Amino acid sequence: MNENLTILAILLGIIHSGIRLATPYLYASLGEMFGQRSGVLNLGVEGMMLIGSFIGFFAVFQTGNPWLGFLAAAIAGALMGLLMALVSVTFKAEQGISGIGLSLFGLGVSSLLFKTMLGTVEGVDGFSELDFCLSSLGINSSFCLSQIPVAGDIVFSHSIMTYIAYALVPIAAWILSRTTWGLKIKAVGQNPEAADSLGVSVSAVRYFTVTLGGLMAGIAGASLSISLLGIFQENMTNGIGFIAVALVYFGGWSPWGVLVGALLFSTVNALQLWVQVLDLNIPSDVAVMLPYLLTIIALALPIRRAAQPAALTKPFTRGEN
Amino acid sequence: MQRKRSYNFYRLLDALVPLLAVIAALAVGAIILLLQDVSPATAYSEMITGAFTNKNGLADTFVKAIPLLLVALGVAIAFRGGVINIGAEGQLIVGALLTTYVGLQLGDRLPGPIVILICLIAGTLMGGFWAAIPGYLKARLGVNEILTTIMMNQIAIQIAFFLLRGPMIDPAEVEAGTNIPHSARLSQSIDLPRFTDIAQWLGLDKSAEDLGLTGFVAELYGLLVEPTRLHSGLIIAIVMAILVYIFLWRTTIGYRIRAVGQNQSASRYAGINVQRYIVLSMTLGGMFAGLAGAIEILGLHHRMFEPTAVSAGYGFSGIVVALFGSLHPLGIIPSAILFGGLLVGGDKMQRAVQVPQVLITIILGMVVLFVVSADIWVRRRATRRVSVEEPPPASSTAEATS
Repeated sequence: MNENLTILAILLGIIHSGIRLATPYLYASLGEMFGQRSGVLNLGVEGMMLIGSFIGFFAVFQTGNPWLGFLAAAIAGALMGLLMALVSVTFKAEQGISGIGLSLFGLGVSSLLFKTMLGTVEGVDGFSELDFCLSSLGINSSFCLSQIPVAGDIVFSHSIMTYIAYALVPIAAWILSRTTWGLKIKAVGQNPEAADSLGVSVSAVRYFTVTLGGLMAGIAGASLSISLLGIFQENMTNGIGFIAVALVYFGGWSPWGVLVGALLFSTVNALQLWVQVLDLNIPSDVAVMLPYLLTIIALALPIRRAAQPAALTKPFTRGEN
Repeated sequence: MQRKRSYNFYRLLDALVPLLAVIAALAVGAIILLLQDVSPATAYSEMITGAFTNKNGLADTFVKAIPLLLVALGVAIAFRGGVINIGAEGQLIVGALLTTYVGLQLGDRLPGPIVILICLIAGTLMGGFWAAIPGYLKARLGVNEILTTIMMNQIAIQIAFFLLRGPMIDPAEVEAGTNIPHSARLSQSIDLPRFTDIAQWLGLDKSAEDLGLTGFVAELYGLLVEPTRLHSGLIIAIVMAILVYIFLWRTTIGYRIRAVGQNQSASRYAGINVQRYIVLSMTLGGMFAGLAGAIEILGLHHRMFEPTAVSAGYGFSGIVVALFGSLHPLGIIPSAILFGGLLVGGDKMQRAVQVPQVLITIILGMVVLFVVSADIWVRRRATRRVSVEEPPPASSTAEATS
């Protein structure tokens, strides 16, 4: 009986960590999804996240206000996105390689800023866990949503940044399927010639989506440094940005698919952390490897998946094709 | 006649693009230095003198150029074949791992040179195998190779840690109770000969002073005969670059690889098995990264340790080297030496003027961005050339018949 309770507690712990750890993946992947939907594969997410991660952290470190960190990271990420847009849209550069260049650049800049402006690993409070209580609505009751048995604590004990990340999923889906903007983005990614002939500016749409992707990547980085961990370290994303790109493929270029991918990936990651905590008889290195292995298998699985945007990675030049 | 000259002029200009990119990147680096209140002139001169003007600096530069050159060759083959290999990091690690394993097993049981050869082949094949997986997934299932190679990097790192903490750990570490994850040192009989060893065999025992050499010539001579870390991996790497050049431009298989990279559907019409050539160019790329790993172990480290310290980011800086060498094997040789010098010089600069070495990472990133961005002008002129019916490059007529 007691043992069952422990197992239940561990399972709940894994799900809780999984929901929490999905935060950076959600921001980065949703942003990346818009870029890819419009035909730009942005592989610079990793570098953008690192910049956002440091800038966000530094803003909080200086001011103590996590919202300023959020904002600063978004702006820094957007600037990086603009740079990627310049390289991939205006200069029509090979997207895979320029993304790697941007990632190197972001890694270097964030490390340099960290070394010259902070020097050592510091901690900040950042966003604290947020509960939804009736008392805050002026209702005279001590009931909070996290008190709901079992599910309450799992779902309602996260920071505001996590809630926003999940809220963005339906918003992104709505933008893509119900708004003119979404239509334009999809058209530009699917058939830029047709979109162009109808008067849609392919460049403008791609600039917008790639900058948006950068903005979201910046926030994703900040969610690590000021929400999940409360510290900044050199190269702290350690590949999350690349996995975020993979999740977009995995999710079949749909926000809901991305959500499933992010949750699956972060839950395996949480599982892996718990394996280490519980000191199970599985080498931690093998456990750390699992999420990456899973990603490759998931990408290779011959399940019927939406086809990728037809113009993905193809720069557009009017009258060329 | 006039037109011909301008054509050559533009070809020269196109070849200079990577150089302009490096200059632009260094200029941005100078701005960053100024922001840190460091004189760019001082910092850059520390960098250049540290990396290129004395025998120890030069030795370090060449030692770094070896893996850069090999990795870049692999990256270039893959790019020429139309696949993007970001996985050299992992391929290098698994190559280094298998080399160490084979080296530890064979040790002194066979003559040194034979074991060295077996180790090099083992590392090469392992790197090729590691790259063949993403290559196969790309060719058969259309899985994006950029993503799979990045994932394979992480898997390689974890496998290395797993083996170095368990089956391959140095018994001395277990005995001492420190358990640092590294392997035992390989038998000295399978160290790649250093340049100083080769000089001794050749009977070059006179020092620079004996010969009356001074200045830079003395340093160059010292590089060859005096004990530095420089090892014969450099010779292997340069020979490989020449072989890759011959392979890509003088053999049918090399021609087909480039054809597939240029235009897949045209290649398919020409009867080339495109899928097979995708796997092949990926595998060949991985083999060079694996060879780099093997040479790092036999020539430099003589044992396997922390995988990310062995690969040292060569998988990514190798991409920069390949791009800077215009994806041409012979261009990659000077490119690798330049960037080896940049890495070494960054280290010296950090010590001399206290600017973090990561400035080099920023410069590397910018070189990539500038090179790929500048490509638009090269291509634009190329299309213009075609439209005015300029003579095609001499090599392409030869290709059409091969």
